[in-house]
Amino acid sequence: MSEGKEKMKTKKVVMNAEEIDRSVTRIACEILEANMGIEDLVIIGIRAGGMFLAKRLRDKISRTEGTEIPFGILDITLYRDDILTSNRKPTLGKTDISFSLDLKKVILVDDVLFTGRTIRAAMDALIDFGRPKLIQLAVLIDRGHRELPIRADFVGRNLPSSFWEEVNVCLTETTGNDEVVIEEAKL
Amino acid sequence: MKLSKKDILGIKDLSREEINLILDTAESFLEVSTRKIKKVPTLRGKTIINFFFEASTRTKTSFEIAGKRLSADTVNISATTSSVVKGETLTDTARTLEAMNPDIIVIRHSAAGAPHMLARLVKQSIINAGDGAHEHPTQALLDMLTIKTEKGRIAGLKVVIAGDIAHSRVARSNILGLIEMGAQVTVCGPAMMIPRDIDKMGVSVSYHMNDAIKDADIIMMLRIQLERQGDNLFPSDREYSNYFSLNNRNIKIAKPDVLVMHPGPINRGIEIAPDIADGVKSLILKQVTNGVAVRMALLYLLAGGA
Repeated sequence: MSEGKEKMKTKKVVMNAEEIDRSVTRIACEILEANMGIEDLVIIGIRAGGMFLAKRLRDKISRTEGTEIPFGILDITLYRDDILTSNRKPTLGKTDISFSLDLKKVILVDDVLFTGRTIRAAMDALIDFGRPKLIQLAVLIDRGHRELPIRADFVGRNLPSSFWEEVNVCLTETTGNDEVVIEEAKL
Repeated sequence: MKLSKKDILGIKDLSREEINLILDTAESFLEVSTRKIKKVPTLRGKTIINFFFEASTRTKTSFEIAGKRLSADTVNISATTSSVVKGETLTDTARTLEAMNPDIIVIRHSAAGAPHMLARLVKQSIINAGDGAHEHPTQALLDMLTIKTEKGRIAGLKVVIAGDIAHSRVARSNILGLIEMGAQVTVCGPAMMIPRDIDKMGVSVSYHMNDAIKDADIIMMLRIQLERQGDNLFPSDREYSNYFSLNNRNIKIAKPDVLVMHPGPINRGIEIAPDIADGVKSLILKQVTNGVAVRMALLYLLAGGA
């Protein structure tokens, strides 16, 4: 395995800034279409990647409809099923949902949908903030390999990938440029 | 980042990075206590024993609530209602508790070093909830969290700790923590209550309240331990109060944005005037609220979270 470490990691850009923006715009329209407007609509982004995409979605929808819609940030660390067993330790971040989710239509936003475990944790967390009328899932990338019966309602792009590859959504808010890359896994 | 420690025995063992990790984690936990459903499933299936050999309201309740809000099972034992009254030694009690497989044991004991002995003896994580006049690390951490959330920083602030410094585990832990985090600390009290060589801990010493508090950002008052009255450390409550209380007169000397803290329980009218304790500058109840978040953070980090 040590040879693998020294080998250059191959990296392929699968979506550029323009394509990401078009996908987000389309998802915003689909959300409005499916929910017939913004009544009771709230957007919740999963920290960290989903949070920025959720903000962009919120801005696009608010601009189209001319009113601000409620927006929250969810950190799912405390709801993970591997938090005390996994060696990969995500740092605990702040959750910020300053309104009740009772009877709301919640659009849950994440960057990449993979095993579905993050979404399971997120749904458990959301229920602690009230009883939403419904929860819909919007993701930029669906890369397959589900381990739980979960699917997205709004998808930017379906990206077939090997289980061992890494799909990273880079956004200007964090890395300075918008792109989706697929890389060989770090061994 | 992960806390690479089995136990939390004192602030003395914690680096600046570790204190920052604990405070940052605690800040994230503050929000959980404001929800309608004040509970997260993180420590499901973990058992926490709170073993208190000394009287306590806030620390004991705070640890119990912290454990419960993380979904751990918490068990409380008091010395007065346990086999300790039948003469069982601390070692035997500890081994007995260990055999029931808890994950974390929180202990308060009147003997300095009791938690350290326990930590060597059992495989579980030990948290020191106060040992004699030695350390009270969770109090210092909640005080530092309170300062950080109220003032936005700790480094560079001037903090006065006033009262019976010599007998105070709260003072000792706070001095260690605040100095490590880059604050300037002044201790103030009657000479009988200031340990000799305390300046070696990196603090300044003052024997006059007015001098000490005039440029302070934070004034931390300590409880005068009335149960020590027999030790003749001071002539009377009234005399102590005249010279070393924080009151409506001397607070005027302090900066307009000074904030006042007290670990509780307070002796109203002795070390702190009721108007100050209940006033707008007081952080006393915020300290209690923050205590739950700090203890949640410690339980979470010791159980393997990050």
